[in-house]
Amino acid sequence: MSKRDVKERIQDFLEVDEGISENNAVLEATRCMECVRPNCVKGCPVNIDIPGFISAVAEKNFRKAADIIKSDNMLPAICGRVCPQENQCEGKCVLGVKEKPVRIGALERFVADWERKNGIQKPDIAKPTGKRVAVVGSGPAGITAAAELARSGHSVTIFESLHAPGGVLTYGIPSFRLPKEIVKAEIDEVLSLGVELKLNHIVGRSIPVDDLLSYDAVFLGTGAGLPSFMGIEGENLNGVYSANEFLTRVNLMHADSFPDYDTPVLRGGKVAVVGGGNVAMDSARVARRMGAEVFLIYRRREEDLPAREAEIANAVEEGINFYCCANPTRIIGGPAVTGIECVKMNMKSPDESGRPQPVPIEGEEAKFIIEADVVIEAIGQSPNPLLISLIDALKKGERGNVIVDENGMTSIPHVFAGGDIATGAATVIEAMGTAKKATAAINEILK
Amino acid sequence: MAYKVEKASEIAENIFEYWINAPHVSKNAQAGQFVVIRIDEKGERIPLTISAAKGDLVRIVFMGVGKTTKYLSTLKSGDYVLDIAGPLGHPSEIKKWGNCVLIGGGVGIACLPILAKALKSAGNHVTGIIGSRNEKLLLLEDELKEDCDELVICTDDGSKGFHGFPADILKKKLEETNIDCVWIIGPAIMMKITSMATIPSKTKTFVSLNPIMVDGTGMCGSCRVTIGGETKFACVDGPEFDAHLVDWDELMSRQRIYPAQEKESLENFQEHQCRCGEHHHE
Ligand SMILES: Cc1cc2nc3c(=O)[nH]c(=O)nc-3n(C[C@H](O)[C@H](O)[C@H](O)COP(=O)(O)OP(=O)(O)OC[C@H]3O[C@@H](n4cnc5c(N)ncnc54)[C@H](O)[C@@H]3O)c2cc1C
Ligand SMILES: Cc1cc2nc3c(=O)[nH]c(=O)nc-3n(C[C@H](O)[C@H](O)[C@H](O)COP(=O)(O)OP(=O)(O)OC[C@H]3O[C@@H](n4cnc5c(N)ncnc54)[C@H](O)[C@@H]3O)c2cc1C
Ligand code: FES
Repeated sequence: MSKRDVKERIQDFLEVDEGISENNAVLEATRCMECVRPNCVKGCPVNIDIPGFISAVAEKNFRKAADIIKSDNMLPAICGRVCPQENQCEGKCVLGVKEKPVRIGALERFVADWERKNGIQKPDIAKPTGKRVAVVGSGPAGITAAAELARSGHSVTIFESLHAPGGVLTYGIPSFRLPKEIVKAEIDEVLSLGVELKLNHIVGRSIPVDDLLSYDAVFLGTGAGLPSFMGIEGENLNGVYSANEFLTRVNLMHADSFPDYDTPVLRGGKVAVVGGGNVAMDSARVARRMGAEVFLIYRRREEDLPAREAEIANAVEEGINFYCCANPTRIIGGPAVTGIECVKMNMKSPDESGRPQPVPIEGEEAKFIIEADVVIEAIGQSPNPLLISLIDALKKGERGNVIVDENGMTSIPHVFAGGDIATGAATVIEAMGTAKKATAAINEILK
Repeated sequence: MAYKVEKASEIAENIFEYWINAPHVSKNAQAGQFVVIRIDEKGERIPLTISAAKGDLVRIVFMGVGKTTKYLSTLKSGDYVLDIAGPLGHPSEIKKWGNCVLIGGGVGIACLPILAKALKSAGNHVTGIIGSRNEKLLLLEDELKEDCDELVICTDDGSKGFHGFPADILKKKLEETNIDCVWIIGPAIMMKITSMATIPSKTKTFVSLNPIMVDGTGMCGSCRVTIGGETKFACVDGPEFDAHLVDWDELMSRQRIYPAQEKESLENFQEHQCRCGEHHHE
C-alpha cells in the first residue's frame, strides 16, 4: 500500500490509499498459508473463499480471483476499501498471531481494480420469470439485492429518493476514501443487468404504499438515515451540523467547490467533531480538507475508538486533534456557535460490548471549553422511519428497525428487508450479506 | 432523466408560475406538501410548495430571491429541470373543521389554492385572506375567488383591496364569527405576527415552516425547528405545525446561516449573466 503524502492529500479529495502494485499483490498472496480450515472465511460476513482467490492471485490468474470473489461479493472494489478487515477476515488470519495478517482487504481491492481496468465479465442472467420485484433504496443493500434478483431473471426496479444512487456510499463516505467513479462503476454494472433505476422517487410518497405492495416481492433497503442529536443546550445554533448534513453538503452537493457548485457549507476555522466512529473520522477529515483546524471529541479512550484502524491512523497523520475521555455538555454561542463545553469522563467497568462505561467526572474543574465555529455531531444514525412508518402491517423493533426472520422476511410475507434498516447502523458488507440472504428467500417464494 | 417545464410564466412582479411534467409527484400530491428541485448538475436542492396538480403536471410558484430562484426564473416553456423529488412532507390535516380561514402572505398565497380545494371538498366553509406589499405582487386572485367561499384582498400600501395586513382582517373575523381552524402561510415574520391573533381564542392555527433544507427526506436535520420545546425535522414532521408552539426566533435565525455565501453566489450568477448578455449583443 502506498499512501499519498499528508501535506498534499489534505489539500484535495483524491484517494489517500493508492493500493498495491501487481508485483506486491502477488508477493503478498504468496504469504497465505492456505489453511485447511480457514478462519478468515469465518470472519467474513459473506464467507468469500479467501484462500481460493488469494491462491489465484499468487498464480497471477486475476480473472479467476475476481470470479471467486464475485460469486460471494458483488461490490469488491468498495468492500476492499471500506470493510473493517481488522475485525473480520484479517483479524482471524493465523499469521496475525506471530506477525502481520495477510493483507486480504488490499488484495481484494487489487483484484477488483484489475477487473475494472481489464473489462468486467457479465454474469449469466436466467430466463425472464415475468415476476416484478421492487427494491427500495440504492445503498449497498439495495444494489446487491437488485443485482441478485436481476440475475435470477426477475424484472427489477430500484426506487431512490435522492437524485443520485449509492446511499451512504455516495452521500456519506468521502471520495478520498471511496472514489465516486468506483461507486458509479459498480452501480453501472448492476444496471447493465437490466435493472431499472428511478431516482427522485420517495417510496411512500411518490409511490403509494399500496402500489409498492402490489409488486410480486419487495426488498426494503432504506438504510439508517436518521441522524441522532445529543439533546444538549445550543444544538440548534447556526453552525451545528449532523454529520449526515455536513457530509451530504460536501459529498453529494459538492459544497467544497462552492461557488462553482451552488450549495454552501460553513467551512469553519475551528471545527469540533463529536463521536469516534467512521462517520466522525470522515467528518473530521473532510473539515480538515476544507482548511479547518479540527478537534475530535470522544467519550471513551483512544483504544476504544470504533472507527476502522486505518482511518484513525490517517486522521492522526492529517493533524486531527483528539480529545478522548471527554463528552460535550453544551454548545455555546448565539446565533452562531462560538464553542463547545465538555466534561472529562472516567472509565468504569466494561459493559456488554466489552468497552468501559464512560461516566462524567464531577466538579467544575472537570469541565473545559473548546473554541469552535462549527460543531459536527457524529453520534449515530437510526433506521429511516419515512417509509416503514407508513406501512402499518410491518413489525418494527424498539430501535426503529424492521423486524425480519433469518431469511430477511418481514411480518408481511412478500416483503423483505436487509441492510441498516433491518440491522440498525452496521457495515457495507453486512448490508450486502443480509440483502443476499433476503434475495435467496425471495427467489424461493417467486418459484 | 429530466423534467420538462411545460408552461412558464411571470404572474406577478418577480413571481413565476411553472407547470412541470412530473407524474410521480402530480399523481400523489396533496395539500401542504412540497417538492425539492435541482436545476442542473451544479445546482442546489431547493424546496418549493406544491401549488396545484393536474394530470401529469405539478405547479410551483416562486419568487426570485437568490441564485437558484433567479436562475430558475430564466427557464422558458419547454426547458428542463434535472431533478424534481416529491411529494414531500405531511399533507395538511384535511377534515371537516367547519369554518376555515386561509391566509396567504406574499408568495405564500401560492400555497392556498390546493388547500382551499381540499378543505372545501371536505365540507368546510373557506375564507381566503391574501396580502402583499402592493397590487403588483398579488397573485392567483381569480383562481382563489373560485376556490374560496369568500376572498379578502389586502395590500400594505392600499393599492388594492383593504389597506392593511391580513392580521387585521383575521382579528375582525375572530370577533364577528366562530372560526374553527386557521392556516397562515408566508414569510416567517408574517406567520409569527399573524398567528398571535389566534392565541387569545386558542383557535387551532397551522403554519407552514420554511427552514433551510437539503434532502427534504429526513436524512440531514438541516431543517430542524423547535416545536413546543422539542426538536422536529420540518421536512418530514411538518412542514405544517401548530403556530402557537413554534420557536419563531430560532427559525428566523436558522434561515440566516449563509448570508455571505448567498450574496457571493448571487453576485457570481449576475456577473455571469451580464457577461453572457454582452456576448449576445456582439
Ligand atoms: C459517513 C459514514 C461512513 C461509513 N463508513 C463505513 C466504512 O468505512 N465501512 C463500512 O463497512 N461501513 C461504513 N459505514 C456504514 C455503511 O455505509 C452502512 O452500513 C451501509 O451503507 C448500509 O447500507 P444500506 O443499503 O442498508 O443503506 P444506505 O447506504 O443508507 O442506503 C439507503 C438508501 O435508501 C434511500 N431511501 C431511504 N428511504 C427511501 C424511500 N422511502 N424511498 C426511496 N429511497 C429511500 C436513501 O436515500 C439511501 O440512498 C459508514 C456510514 C457512514 C454514514
Ligand atoms: C417547505 C418549503 C416550501 C417553500 N415553498 C416556497 C414556494 O412555494 N415559493 C417560494 O418562492 N419559496 C418557497 N420556499 C423558499 C425557497 O425554498 C427559497 O426561497 C429558496 O430556496 C431560495 O434559494 P435561492 O438560491 O434563490 O436564494 P438564496 O440566496 O440561497 O437564499 C435566500 C433565502 O432563502 C432561504 N433558503 C436558501 N436556501 C434554502 C434551501 N435550500 N431551503 C430552504 N430555504 C432556503 C434562506 O432563508 C435564505 O436566506 C419554501 C421553503 C420551504 C422550506
Ligand atoms: S431537509 Fe434534511 S432532514 Fe429535513
